[in-house]
Amino acid sequence: MMKRLLVLACVVAGFAVPPSAQATEAEIKLEAAPIDVRDAASLQAGARTFVNYCLNCHSASLLRYNRLVDIGLTEQQIKDNLMFTADKIGEMMNIAMTKKDAAEWFGPAPDLSLIARSRGADWLWSYFRGYYRDPASATGWNNTVFAGVGMPHVLWQLQGDRVLIEDVSRDVAGQAAKDRHGNVIKSVRFETVRRGTLTSVEYDTVVRDLVNFMTWMAEPNQVLRKQAGIWVLFFLAVLVALSYALYKEFWKDVH
Amino acid sequence: MAATEKQPVTGAGPFNGILTWVDERYPLMSTWKAHLAEYYAPKNFNFWYYFGSLAMLVLVLQIVTGIVLTMHYKPDAAQAFASVEYIMRDVPWGWLIRYMHSTGASALFVCVYLHMFRAMLYGSYRKPRELLWIFGMLIFLCLMAEGFFGYLLPWGQMSYWGAQVIVNLFAAIPIVGPDIAIWIRGDYVVSDATLNRFFAFHVIAVPLVLLGLVAAHLLALHEVGSNNPDGIEIKNLKDPKTGIPLDGIPFHPYYTVKDIFGAAVFMFVFAVIVFFAPEFGGYLLEYNNFIAADPLRTPQHIAPVWYFTPYYSILRSFTVNFFWIDAKIWGVAAMGVSTLIFFLLPWLDRSPAKSIRYRGPIYKTALAVFVVCFLILGYLGTLSVNEGRTIVAQICTALYFLFFLLMPWYTTIDKCMPEPERVTK
Repeated sequence: MMKRLLVLACVVAGFAVPPSAQATEAEIKLEAAPIDVRDAASLQAGARTFVNYCLNCHSASLLRYNRLVDIGLTEQQIKDNLMFTADKIGEMMNIAMTKKDAAEWFGPAPDLSLIARSRGADWLWSYFRGYYRDPASATGWNNTVFAGVGMPHVLWQLQGDRVLIEDVSRDVAGQAAKDRHGNVIKSVRFETVRRGTLTSVEYDTVVRDLVNFMTWMAEPNQVLRKQAGIWVLFFLAVLVALSYALYKEFWKDVH
Repeated sequence: MAATEKQPVTGAGPFNGILTWVDERYPLMSTWKAHLAEYYAPKNFNFWYYFGSLAMLVLVLQIVTGIVLTMHYKPDAAQAFASVEYIMRDVPWGWLIRYMHSTGASALFVCVYLHMFRAMLYGSYRKPRELLWIFGMLIFLCLMAEGFFGYLLPWGQMSYWGAQVIVNLFAAIPIVGPDIAIWIRGDYVVSDATLNRFFAFHVIAVPLVLLGLVAAHLLALHEVGSNNPDGIEIKNLKDPKTGIPLDGIPFHPYYTVKDIFGAAVFMFVFAVIVFFAPEFGGYLLEYNNFIAADPLRTPQHIAPVWYFTPYYSILRSFTVNFFWIDAKIWGVAAMGVSTLIFFLLPWLDRSPAKSIRYRGPIYKTALAVFVVCFLILGYLGTLSVNEGRTIVAQICTALYFLFFLLMPWYTTIDKCMPEPERVTK
């Protein structure tokens, strides 16, 4: 019994709750990003959005342009449509601004090569859909998942202008409803004040493709990794079976 | 050995001539016999006995993948982070080598912790295996050093600030502390100089010591013989004709085939993590470590890797300045003692029975409480502190130390059952 308890304790501890990924904004509930890094069309659309909207201020200095062959583009297509600042197809996705200039002009614009691995796809998905107008901030923009964000809403023409409305739920007597801790229960929603060029569904598609691309870009080998993994596991399963048979065969005479 | 004339090798294979030639000039056959073919191990090894050979397997894996990584890695503060990503992206199958190494580090600690737990279950550290246990503990300390030095090399935010926090612990030592911290870093902050020396320690200095200790650990094991789940000495009952222990079987081929099976199962689990969950929810590769080290930006939450977190929790649980000595110094001292106290186990344990199978309820309870405390401390070490967590950590820390400090008392009053003469299933 004790033995079982010990084993159980070990197993439970092994699968304990993972550490909070983003301690900074741990309280914010993130929405699961509906992405699929095997969807080449989505990745290509995301690459286009990334190059057009992000790659002016942010670099992706760990990714080579010709790596985009992996998402189904030819080198000629990459050169014609996606390479604006680089000369050679094997170059990294750098930007023309130096880090020092960028920091002086705009504040720090982090390299985005690995942002999907440090922030997570869900964070990015929620972030791009969390912008709203805020007259109190320096840029006129704020974000529900990144309070006081330094970057203005780069995709605002697509999404349009939104403001944040806080609703206080009231009970029948008209009193503000409170939770167990005595805090007023508020719900937050966005209200569009000026339409963008895209409908909200179209905008979500653009963001999904962008987040999808950024997730792929953070680990371009992830599809290969999983494909190879299947074969490795298959091989190892055979090895387990054979080595078990060998072990049992040798141990027949041990009593 | 020198006195007896050597016999020609007469094996089934086609290499008898070569083997005889070598054996005349080198203790080939005697070594083979002493450590494998005629090393008699108890026949009743169970699940827990896989982890010694598995630890060795992972150590080899770490060395081999480490060599390949060294071929592409740049120990330079300006290039280290990008060179790791170069391995992940541009080196053919580099991602696999890197994930094997990062997962292997944790796998090695899993194996070693389970291997140590096995020793605590069956009293494997007891006489005559005290020195074997000490070599094992030295290996454990070396592994902790390996883990610590290696963790800086990817030069991410967590690498950088983790190293900063740990090195600063040494600064808590009275009078000489701050100078020791500078001496370790080679600079006033963790910097390029620190990265270079940690690289040197990680890839050559510590591994050399480690391999020597592993050899000593094995030699000591083969001198005294393996313990077993019944905690009795199989050497006490030998076949009068052959002199072979009645409950012993030759390590090769019996345990070699069994360990091959164990290795296959282990590699399957290992591959599941390497190929499908290499970050393991932020436990094996922390999310913050995908941001390059930035000396000007401290992450809000700094936690060591999981295998250090029990000791880190013990460090943080000291919040009161006892006897006018700073709480931080108590914490650092307690953390040091919490790892070193394992060395004393052979002398703290006074139980008449070695194996948990024949020990009384007190030791069983004590060990269970200790394991639970160790796991809770480990879990709390991954989290940020708050009042409630600190109290839980303090209780667990107290129980952790009481397990060792009260052991001479509770193992003597415990009601043990009689040990059998022969091993059981």
